[in-house]
Amino acid sequence: MFKFLKRLRRDKPIETPEVIQEVLVAEPVVEVIPEPIAQETRVEAPKPEVQKVEKPKPVEKPAVAVQEVELPKRSLGDGVRSLFSSAIELDDLEDILIRADFGVDAALEISDELKRAANKAGASSDAELRLLLKDLLTKKLTRSDAALNLSDGKLPYVILVVGVNGAGKTTTIGKLSRWLRDGDWNVVLGAADTFRAAAVEQLATWASRADAKLVGPEKEGQDPASVAYQTVELALSTDADIAIIDTAGRLQNKKDLMDELGKIRRAVEKQASIAEVLLVIDSTMGQNALAQAKAFAEVADVTGIVMTKLDGTAKGGILYSLQEQLDLPVKLVGVGEGINDFAFFSPEEFAKGLVAYKQER
Amino acid sequence: MFGNLSDRLSDTFKNLRGKGRLSAADIDGTLRDIRRALLEADVSLEVVKEFTGKIRERALGDEVSKALNPAQQVVQIVNDELKAILGGEARKLSFSKNPPTVIMLAGLQGSGKTTLAGKLAKWLKEQNHTPLLVAADLQRPNAVTQLQVLGEKVGVPVFAPEAGNGVGNPVKVSKDAIAFAKKSQYSVVIVDTAGRLGVDEEMMQQARDIRNAVEPDEILFVVDSMLGQDAVNVAKAFHEGVGVSGVVLTKLDGDSRGGAALSVATITGAPILFSSTGEGLDAFEPFYPDRMASRILDMGDIVSLIEKAQQSFDEEESKRLAEKMAKDQFTLQDFLEQMQQIKKMGSMKGILGMLPGVGQMKKQLEEFDEKEITRTEAIIYSMTPLERTQPKVLNGARRMRIARGSGTSVTEVNQLIARFEQAAKMMKTVAKGGMPNIPGANPALMGGGGFSGGKKKIDQKKKGSKSGNPAKRAAENAGLDFGSEKSSGSGSAFGL
Ligand SMILES: Nc1nc2c(ncn2[C@@H]2O[C@H](COP(=O)(O)OP(=O)(O)OP(=O)(O)O)[C@@H](O)[C@H]2O)c(=O)[nH]1
Ligand SMILES: [Mg+2]
Repeated sequence: MFKFLKRLRRDKPIETPEVIQEVLVAEPVVEVIPEPIAQETRVEAPKPEVQKVEKPKPVEKPAVAVQEVELPKRSLGDGVRSLFSSAIELDDLEDILIRADFGVDAALEISDELKRAANKAGASSDAELRLLLKDLLTKKLTRSDAALNLSDGKLPYVILVVGVNGAGKTTTIGKLSRWLRDGDWNVVLGAADTFRAAAVEQLATWASRADAKLVGPEKEGQDPASVAYQTVELALSTDADIAIIDTAGRLQNKKDLMDELGKIRRAVEKQASIAEVLLVIDSTMGQNALAQAKAFAEVADVTGIVMTKLDGTAKGGILYSLQEQLDLPVKLVGVGEGINDFAFFSPEEFAKGLVAYKQER
Repeated sequence: MFGNLSDRLSDTFKNLRGKGRLSAADIDGTLRDIRRALLEADVSLEVVKEFTGKIRERALGDEVSKALNPAQQVVQIVNDELKAILGGEARKLSFSKNPPTVIMLAGLQGSGKTTLAGKLAKWLKEQNHTPLLVAADLQRPNAVTQLQVLGEKVGVPVFAPEAGNGVGNPVKVSKDAIAFAKKSQYSVVIVDTAGRLGVDEEMMQQARDIRNAVEPDEILFVVDSMLGQDAVNVAKAFHEGVGVSGVVLTKLDGDSRGGAALSVATITGAPILFSSTGEGLDAFEPFYPDRMASRILDMGDIVSLIEKAQQSFDEEESKRLAEKMAKDQFTLQDFLEQMQQIKKMGSMKGILGMLPGVGQMKKQLEEFDEKEITRTEAIIYSMTPLERTQPKVLNGARRMRIARGSGTSVTEVNQLIARFEQAAKMMKTVAKGGMPNIPGANPALMGGGGFSGGKKKIDQKKKGSKSGNPAKRAAENAGLDFGSEKSSGSGSAFGL
């Protein structure tokens, strides 16, 4: 799994960077308490990579002492449902992929490629075809930039979470916070959705569930950029590892609201660099997700995508086109409303889920 | 990101031009375009298949093969069928005879139920109902608070005995709410429920329990208009799991094509009652099937144009004209008739506004003056039948007489005749190159440049009169002046 650098915590913050190397070698990786994974996982969860880093990666003069950590294991689990309720028919594959929101072009492309691969390999049995498709999808979905950028040591990491209304931004933040807290990170949340009714309270509930600090507006309707600024300020003054800023949902065709994101960015950048801008996309969305990603990428410099609600019947095939067309990595997935229903996006796990033998519920 | 359906269809139609009839293969080509457009608009595949099947059946039938413009007729059928599904049994909210009327909201997470509850409450209040909001979403953090804030904003009380966040029984809350509403004489009860997945059996059972407890007059299924292929599954799950009496489409202020509307309407058979079009509490309106149909097809109002054109043009008449043009028998009488047809179509500006992608022609038409037609009529009416059918006989004396008879000047008569000659020439060209398959096939419209080829030729001709007679040249140039020059050479046969 991905390794991250977080602030080294002792009784007192350590200022001298020299200690880092020593600490990294001396201290074992923070103990990983595996989350109980749902018993009936659709696919076999991939084994966590055990290989331990012998030598620490050279750290670029971080401002603060850091240590290398993993995050507790989370799995897509039951998240992805199989595409197939019966044996694969190559001629039906295109339709099946369309039904999974891959889009007309991608569906054609993938099914053609599978046909070619099957021809080449002389594969024809159901099992062979499934394996080929799994490998094909895994290959096409795998990217080198899928890890959360929590390893450059520029603490606190600031994550901005954006997306259309109801996509799952606030929930994602709650889950991510809990996860980081479980890995012993210090988390500050910023309630920069000062628009929607009770949005601040909603984030506050998640903050308390996740045991994170919260910065909210001092008065109703306060400028979200100023909340973002104060969030970073608190993160800095309390030596937090990470600040996650929730923003109001906005439809990508509303220019004023989109411009507001630029303002929020600038407010953050007055004090810290932005580690990630996560665009939250609801898996039940169809082709409009592409328009969403395009617009948000333009104004907010999106660095990664979170696909939520993969626990439903939606297959989230649009993530394929999101990666291909917009060159944005899918980094995280949401698979439920619970605080632990969350995982790194694993192309292999996703592909396995899609080709699994299980019947759709 | 994608070419829209009208662009794609016009490509297909280009190949069909000049064909009197569509073969089954032609129709299949058109249907492929339609299928793709519908899929890109996120109509679920299952629904697309059913839909294109229906179109194919009708397209192969009589109405199309007999139509003068079969390809356009296909689009017309598509639109009809879309509207039939989207607006099939359009109806208003139904109110109970024994108040309170109970409205239950149901849908996926994040579809916009709570906001809609606030809008609905405001709207009902403005119609002198006394609504009560019920906070039965005890699942999502602070959904109760959100409803309370909205209730306060719109001045509608909120029944919220439980704080939510996973605590409390929504079935009991709903049941108590009805008793409370009866006692306190509220006229409408709006029950906001938690978002749920169709596959979440436990939550679907809870929804049924709420339904049984409140016996709703309406179960409104709240659907995000950005929904993709999953719309069919979701619609089935809610339709079978809870029952759906009406649909509300949300987030229509976005730029999604909204194909989910078609999927959901097809699967549930329930009418779409409202559109939710923004975050403000007034952003709420009745659902308009026409708008939705054009939105899904991404066709501008092209179909309305077709309808309008079809009403106004006598197709047989257009056909006759086309034949005459081809035989070089185009007369001033025909010219007049065409002008009158254009007039019948109503405001040209309005019509042009409906056409996507005809900027050029639009500009031209913006400068179009209906008074021009009246003047033309007057002049031609002052001609004898011989003059109308054989304009060659129009010498100076005749022109003088006509000017006097029509209350115009000789210059104006000259201008008209010059325009007529140009129109006749151009139409001959067009007629030889094959008739574009456009509604009504009216040469007057084709001359407008927006539809037809041959535009460049006319531009050249319009540079000015080459007449050796200075007076005549001036007159003809003047004639061009109120026509083509102003319209920046876009080449109308009529100088419109
Ligand atoms: N089933 C499921 N529901 C989810 C998931 N993520 C979020 N939700 C639900 O989706 C709904 C909307 O989530 P929010 O986190 O409030 O979404 P948001 O993007 O913050 O919404 P706004 O701030 O209103 O734009 C809530 O009911 C969540 O519980 C997921 O992965 N699976
Ligand atoms: Mg939110």
